[in-house]
Amino acid sequence: MKKFPGQPLEQDEPVFREPWEAQAFGLVIALHGQGAFSWDEWATALSESIRAAQEAGDPDTGETYYQHWLAALEKLTVSKGLSAPEEMAARKESWKQAYLATPHGQPIELKPAK
Amino acid sequence: MPHDHDHTEPPSDLELRVKALESLLLEKGLVNPDALNAIIETYEHKVGPKNGAHVVAKAWSDPDFKQALLTDATSAVADLGYMGRQGEHLTVVENIPSVHNLVVCTLCSCYPWTLLGLPPVWYKSAPYRARAVSEPRSVLAEFGTELPESTGIQVWDSTSEMRYLVLPMQPAGTEDWGEARLQALVSRNSMVGVELAKPASTLAQRDAES
Repeated sequence: MKKFPGQPLEQDEPVFREPWEAQAFGLVIALHGQGAFSWDEWATALSESIRAAQEAGDPDTGETYYQHWLAALEKLTVSKGLSAPEEMAARKESWKQAYLATPHGQPIELKPAK
Repeated sequence: MPHDHDHTEPPSDLELRVKALESLLLEKGLVNPDALNAIIETYEHKVGPKNGAHVVAKAWSDPDFKQALLTDATSAVADLGYMGRQGEHLTVVENIPSVHNLVVCTLCSCYPWTLLGLPPVWYKSAPYRARAVSEPRSVLAEFGTELPESTGIQVWDSTSEMRYLVLPMQPAGTEDWGEARLQALVSRNSMVGVELAKPASTLAQRDAES
């Protein structure tokens, strides 16, 4: 059987390829479940993020799908006033520093926010 | 060579972004950690094409259910316990000798999650999203599905409010089969419409081998 170009057709492929994809997926479902946004708002944000990625040269073969998903989630989180870009950037840096400051093999813990 | 153990290499930028977002949303009480874990567990292990296969096999073996399914799929599958989390509606489209149905989401990846689990990589890819509409017959051919020239192809574009499930044609020679046995012939791809249900002989062969 000929394969659809470049696409794996395995029946038993994993639902998520990496744990972060599952986390990003779950956050959207959970926020929607809490009423943070409507599903229509989510679908609009996701299609915009996919289109923007395509325009920026992403081949959009499905492999990068959760990257678009995450970008849409960040954008919607900001437009709904749940967080701000500065806050997310600062928190990301805190996590990075937490990794760098934790001896290998120890659990990574975030220092209390200032 | 000594290995540096006084720090841990930070994960990828993507992982850090997700960790940042997740920790902020949890901290603000916008997301409940137990609910988050339950959602991931459900989609990783509990929902999948078996749900859809159950619906299709029941429609094949129970004419009243099939009628209900084609009239109002949202209620018919809800009666079996399959309810969409996003409040979306479901339409079931039936393959017949003159019409074959194919489902796509041209804008993103709307998909009947409750019945099929999360979509495969190819369903989310730009080539499938575009070509399912512009050249469905050649897309089907790449999945090994050849239809007679006389069979028309109807393409359904999903939205956030409406998802589609294809009811494949029941394979010949399975008219007296029970629901459980029929389910084994219903693949995920057949319910998206890129393939047909498996022929009866696939199970006969499997029975002979076991």
